[in-house]
Amino acid sequence: MPEAAEIVFDHVTKKYEGRDEAAVDDLSLEIPAGTFCVLVGPSGGGKTTALKMVNRLIPFDSGEIRIDGRNIEQLPLTELRRGIGYVIQQIGLFPHMAIGENIATVPRLLGWDKKRQRDRSVELLELVGLDASDASRYPSQLSGGQRQRVGLARALAADPPLLLMDEPFGALDPITRHRLQTELRRLHRDVGKSIIFVTHDIDEAIQMGDRIAILREGGVLAQYDTPDAILAHPADDFVAQFIGGDRALRRLALRTVGEVPLQALGTTVAAPDDWVASDTTVRNAVSLMLELKTESLAVKDGDRFVGTFRLSDVSSLL
Amino acid sequence: MGGGGGTVIPNFGQGDSCVTGDHTFCWGWVHDHWSDTLGPALWQHVELTLIAVAIGFAIAFPLALLAHRFRRLEQPFGAVSALVYTIPSLALFQLLIPFTGLTLTTVEIALVGYTLVMLYPNIVAGLRSASDDVIEAARGMGLTRMQILMRVELPLAVPAIIGGLRIAVVSTVAIATIAGINVTSMGLGYPIYSALRDPIPFKTEIYSAGLLAVALALGADLLLVALRRAVVPWTRAAR
Repeated sequence: MPEAAEIVFDHVTKKYEGRDEAAVDDLSLEIPAGTFCVLVGPSGGGKTTALKMVNRLIPFDSGEIRIDGRNIEQLPLTELRRGIGYVIQQIGLFPHMAIGENIATVPRLLGWDKKRQRDRSVELLELVGLDASDASRYPSQLSGGQRQRVGLARALAADPPLLLMDEPFGALDPITRHRLQTELRRLHRDVGKSIIFVTHDIDEAIQMGDRIAILREGGVLAQYDTPDAILAHPADDFVAQFIGGDRALRRLALRTVGEVPLQALGTTVAAPDDWVASDTTVRNAVSLMLELKTESLAVKDGDRFVGTFRLSDVSSLL
Repeated sequence: MGGGGGTVIPNFGQGDSCVTGDHTFCWGWVHDHWSDTLGPALWQHVELTLIAVAIGFAIAFPLALLAHRFRRLEQPFGAVSALVYTIPSLALFQLLIPFTGLTLTTVEIALVGYTLVMLYPNIVAGLRSASDDVIEAARGMGLTRMQILMRVELPLAVPAIIGGLRIAVVSTVAIATIAGINVTSMGLGYPIYSALRDPIPFKTEIYSAGLLAVALALGADLLLVALRRAVVPWTRAAR
């Protein structure tokens, strides 16, 4: 199985019966292999509908969806679905199966032998930050965050080249959500799969996505680009309003001080205590300068000072 | 109860003073008549109940599967199964006697009818107890409809099905007692019936048969609770 899949929406339209407005209206979208693509927008934007078309939980009226060039409507339904990881907000773990069995659902369908199923479950439990001993527990014994980790492990079990995630962290408390967001980003870097991720939260979209597709009411694609490009050049008033008034600050959050040009050490005098680690976001560094009432901060990479970051350099980053 | 010379001694074995005096409860009588009266009645009662619940389940289960698959059938099936239950048991036995006589068949038809109303809705509810997100996840992972039924819906329905069996068994034990009085000479109802027919009802016989029926119902219920604990470990798993 390929590591990651390319997904193409080609003029896809879906209208629910009895509604005047389309749920998804002539959607065309190319998602290169390995991309973390976020579908975001207000409710009624058709983002979940678009997601569920990919594994054919929702049929569409016209157009075509292709995975690695293959029209999904011409693939056998079970084969298509077993090749796509699926994660939903309510998780949907099987309450009567132990965690290990839950994770091995698709491998079992694919006829893997018992030992391979068990080994894979344990491997995945560790990958998503749980303990191998959790394999024998039941879903009711886990917290919401742990359950969603299991949901993610289950989706990854058969090593599918594509993951579909429908507001996977929407029901979690903010701390757990943030932790899982960070870990999913790391996981995406490590396993290199294509991910289509639905959220209504623009902050989450900006934090998670390589690319963001903003859908507006009526299922119309308003803009499809990288987070930085969308923040820098919103396509229209709708997008500008949707991403909010603090676009410049949000863009600063996309980069760390280690990634931007710094002044050589000593060109300006920073108090020795005023320093930030190089993996601090520019936004947080600016916030710290405002708090310390200083115009510059030393930047430290590990134990080594690598340069100076000045408040006056910020505008040139935008 | 009014003793004295007028007492008619019930026609059961060689009565000791407890029996001849019709005291509240005579262990001696129970001991003497276990093998010829109470024991057989108890086993017949078990038989009546098992046959009724087994046939009832064999009817209710496929009906529930059909109703689960074709939602439109749920209401009509439910209405029919409830209809039988609205007929008082005594009346139902009388209704059937012209057709099937004073036979085991009459008793079982009525008993099976009553089990349906307890089994069918419980099985349907059980099959429906898998939440929408569980079903959606299952579909999304590529389980077929049959795999969802066998691997998800049926296992999750087991607690509700056993719940239905508990109600059905306990009620059938009770209703079968009426059948013994009214229709056949089978089951624990019969000793009660014969004692009641005596000019002065013999208390020990009524009480012992009644207590056996209660014990049978409780025992069967405990067995089903134990079965549930054995086959549904996930509901016991506490946080």
